[in-house]
Amino acid sequence: MTGLVQAIGRQGLSFTLELGRMGNFLLHACYSMVRQPGRLLHILKQIRFIGAKSLFVIVLTAGFTGMVLGLQGYYTLAKFGSEGMLGTAVALSLIRELGPVLSALMVTGRAGSAIAAEIGIMRISEQIDALETMALDPYKYLITPKFIAAMISMPLLCAIFDVVGIYGGWLVGVKLLGVNPGAYFTEMYRSVEWKDVWSGMVKSYSFGIIIAWVGCYKGYYAGHGAEGVSKATTESVVLTSVLILVWDYFLTSILL
Amino acid sequence: MIELRDLHKAFGSQIVLNGLNLRIPAGQTTAVIGPSGEGKSVLLKHMIGLLTPDQGDVLVDGSSILGLRRSQLNQVREKFAMVFQNAALFDSMTVYENMAFPLEEKTSLSRDEINARVDTALREVGLKEINRKFPDELSGGMKKRVGLARALLLEPQIVLFDEPTTGLDPVIRRSIHQLIKETQAKFGFTAVIVSHDIPDIFDVAHQVAMLYRGEILQFGTPDEIQHSNHPVVRQFISGSLDGPINSGAA
Repeated sequence: MTGLVQAIGRQGLSFTLELGRMGNFLLHACYSMVRQPGRLLHILKQIRFIGAKSLFVIVLTAGFTGMVLGLQGYYTLAKFGSEGMLGTAVALSLIRELGPVLSALMVTGRAGSAIAAEIGIMRISEQIDALETMALDPYKYLITPKFIAAMISMPLLCAIFDVVGIYGGWLVGVKLLGVNPGAYFTEMYRSVEWKDVWSGMVKSYSFGIIIAWVGCYKGYYAGHGAEGVSKATTESVVLTSVLILVWDYFLTSILL
Repeated sequence: MIELRDLHKAFGSQIVLNGLNLRIPAGQTTAVIGPSGEGKSVLLKHMIGLLTPDQGDVLVDGSSILGLRRSQLNQVREKFAMVFQNAALFDSMTVYENMAFPLEEKTSLSRDEINARVDTALREVGLKEINRKFPDELSGGMKKRVGLARALLLEPQIVLFDEPTTGLDPVIRRSIHQLIKETQAKFGFTAVIVSHDIPDIFDVAHQVAMLYRGEILQFGTPDEIQHSNHPVVRQFISGSLDGPINSGAA
């Protein structure tokens, strides 16, 4: 019994310690972003990696998400004779919820894991130590450019996801199932407000911070050897995905 | 001068440094020798503040480096350079970019001046026409030479070498030792070398410290260490299989 209590206590302490270290890492990264945001070239390189190189997967998933929304939405709305509301249903689902969340999950799988692996390999091969021995701040060169790039890229990727998704829904709803094209867009314009767009952007912006935060943190504190990097990468993807979904719930309840 | 006072360090239940005391004289080369896994690299990382001790103090030029803010620690680190075991070159950069990086970040030199400094530094370690190569395209010996050249670019007062010749063939090993000896004599920096290379290291170092079980077992000139009567030191130097290192005595 004492052993069980000790084990629970140990786990609790370890969890609290990890949480504190993660919080500290985020604060340090935010401080670095304000004080020494890094070179523009480094930030642009990261925008290319996190943003531009994620475009294909974002467009692909957005297209099919919109198409499936078109199908499911049509099926449901047809029961009430409201097929004309299909554009509204697709747009609001995408702009408020699916766009930010799915684009963030896609970027997590593609770029978040790569961020953790890259920094993890730099950690185990002593490249981060080399930076420190040169009296150069690793946050400035490795962490803040990734944070800034993720914060810039995510809202843009989310906007692209929304637009492609809406046209995916249009393709299925209008071209395949025969919904009135005028009704699809007119109802959408009438129902979607700037507040919806804004809340989606706020979400994707904060998801960008989560992706960079967890990816960089897990890589920065990666364990030893290839196994350490592999563990850091896996943990980064899992934790980022969970945090995105949890944070999405809280943010939605605030922004509604 | 670097001074380590009553240094203790443990990783979990594993005690690595156990009340270690060591004074590294300025302007000379000190070698730290000892069996593998005894904490020689850990010792080196304490000197430059990459690790903090559980107990004890680390003094650089008479001032403690413990508890310093990052900016203050960076001021101390300006005096240092470190050559890592695997060179720790930035693998996403070419050799030229690796070399130019600290100059770009820490000096206001023009592009031409940086190019000249990089070329000179590479030439001094016997390398040329490798500017555009990536670290992955270099041999182990070439990487170590680039690491050494990068470390010396900013003309440090103290250079720490973490097993600079491990994994190299005898000829390259000797050439790296020669290089360290020559550059130390030329620039007059304080050098600390962690090494297993017995007896080669005795030709390079002015002093030798034998690390065993978290403490400095013996400190002296290469001659004193080579003629030591301590059974652990004798066994380590001779490479004998029989003795206190294997039996766990001493």
